[in-house]
Amino acid sequence: MSYDPTAAATTADGTTTDAPPTLPTDRRTGCPFDPPAGLTALSDTPMRRLRYADGHVGRLVTGHAAARAVLADPRFSSRYELLHLPVPMAGMSGELPPAPVGDIIGLDAPEHTRYRRLLTGRFTVRRMRRLTERAEQLTSECLDAMEQAGPTVDLVEAFARPVPALMICELLGVPYAERDRFQSHVAILFDQTVGEGPKGEAYTALLQYLEELVLAKRAEPTDDLLSDLTSADLTDEELAGIGGLLLAAGLDTTMNMLGLGAFALFSNPDQLDALRADPGLAGQTVEELLRYLSVADPLLRSALEDVEVEGELIRAGETVTVSVQAANRDPHRFPEPDRLDIHRRATGHLAFGHGAHQCLGQQLARVEMTVALPALFARFPTLRLAVPPREVPMRDRSNIYGVISLPVTWDKE
Amino acid sequence: MSDPQDPLRLDVDRDRCAGAGMCALTAPEVFDQDDEEGLVVLLHPTPAPEHRAAARLAVGLCPAGAIALDSTDS
Repeated sequence: MSYDPTAAATTADGTTTDAPPTLPTDRRTGCPFDPPAGLTALSDTPMRRLRYADGHVGRLVTGHAAARAVLADPRFSSRYELLHLPVPMAGMSGELPPAPVGDIIGLDAPEHTRYRRLLTGRFTVRRMRRLTERAEQLTSECLDAMEQAGPTVDLVEAFARPVPALMICELLGVPYAERDRFQSHVAILFDQTVGEGPKGEAYTALLQYLEELVLAKRAEPTDDLLSDLTSADLTDEELAGIGGLLLAAGLDTTMNMLGLGAFALFSNPDQLDALRADPGLAGQTVEELLRYLSVADPLLRSALEDVEVEGELIRAGETVTVSVQAANRDPHRFPEPDRLDIHRRATGHLAFGHGAHQCLGQQLARVEMTVALPALFARFPTLRLAVPPREVPMRDRSNIYGVISLPVTWDKE
Repeated sequence: MSDPQDPLRLDVDRDRCAGAGMCALTAPEVFDQDDEEGLVVLLHPTPAPEHRAAARLAVGLCPAGAIALDSTDS
């Protein structure tokens, strides 16, 4: 179903009402890096009423300042059981279940704070920068293998998937060699086309694997995060849940940023040339790609009480859908927002969220991307798409946007 | 809008801090994170002129509103 902005005011039987619009998600027309055209059409005002999949009427936030205000305010809850979904999810009906043990994304303070503080010390700027050299080594190994396999490869399988996977596995202490036991489960968790049943099975299987791992670490600690956490006051179940969350978040997010980021740079050759000419631009290129692509979207909150945001009253119980991709294209915050411009100052983007839940692994993601992207383009100076851009399959039905595969080629010397 | 070079006094609230590291990333001469919990450590409550712009930026970027800024006109 394609989005029609006028459909917002028309019911199924054709009568015109004041019914609020639903969340536009269709990106099949237009630039694959832009938000859905229908969403852009709804972004003329920072906040508006939105109709949810179950008929609930809540809010849609598309303005940058309003998005920051909502995400920073503890009166907006992250608890899953309080949320309504803006788009129907396969097999999901009725209320969402509360967050499973260890999934701290769906918790509020003080429970959230207690868990998060066990982890924040492990993901500091300084600690993550110490991993730079290791990221360079692992990237280099992936590029060696890619060179061997080429000169035509799928950049997702050769580069975007393994680099962050190797990094998060090493950091957590999850054997990369056992990735068959978790990678496919994680992929299912983010797939909107998979129903509740199979999703639950995938989550159970992922947790089973992690519980085994936790028991092994308790028996024989190794030099990694999971082993270190065995000394914290956490049950096996909590530790496995936290491990599952960190693993899933570390695998699929950066992978999509690397794949989609490379695609965006191929599609903006002047920007790619600028980065190739000056790898010192890598840091700000990464920030701009984060802003421009906003792969993890949207973020949902539920008002615990009546809250005024930007002069508008949000009532207790309303679900608020914060569209990160729209907020990161807010022209009041980022001039010419639809242009990928690696020379702009993109800091202040909301790609990692905002508030108490802002991405725990963001400094790791920055190190991974800042190392991997320039290394890729330095190793293969003639790297380019091997198919017309329109033929690149997109992850349209996933909680995290990206490319399914990215066929690339280069000139062999 | 105050001049970015105006003197400023900073204060941090470690109870509010989310440990995201935006301050240490943005103004490393002014902010750090402790190794244990990753919470903000204020290195210089009154940053030198050359670090004031970065410090102001960090205040605005803090996801938890844990850094207070007191600009003085003196």
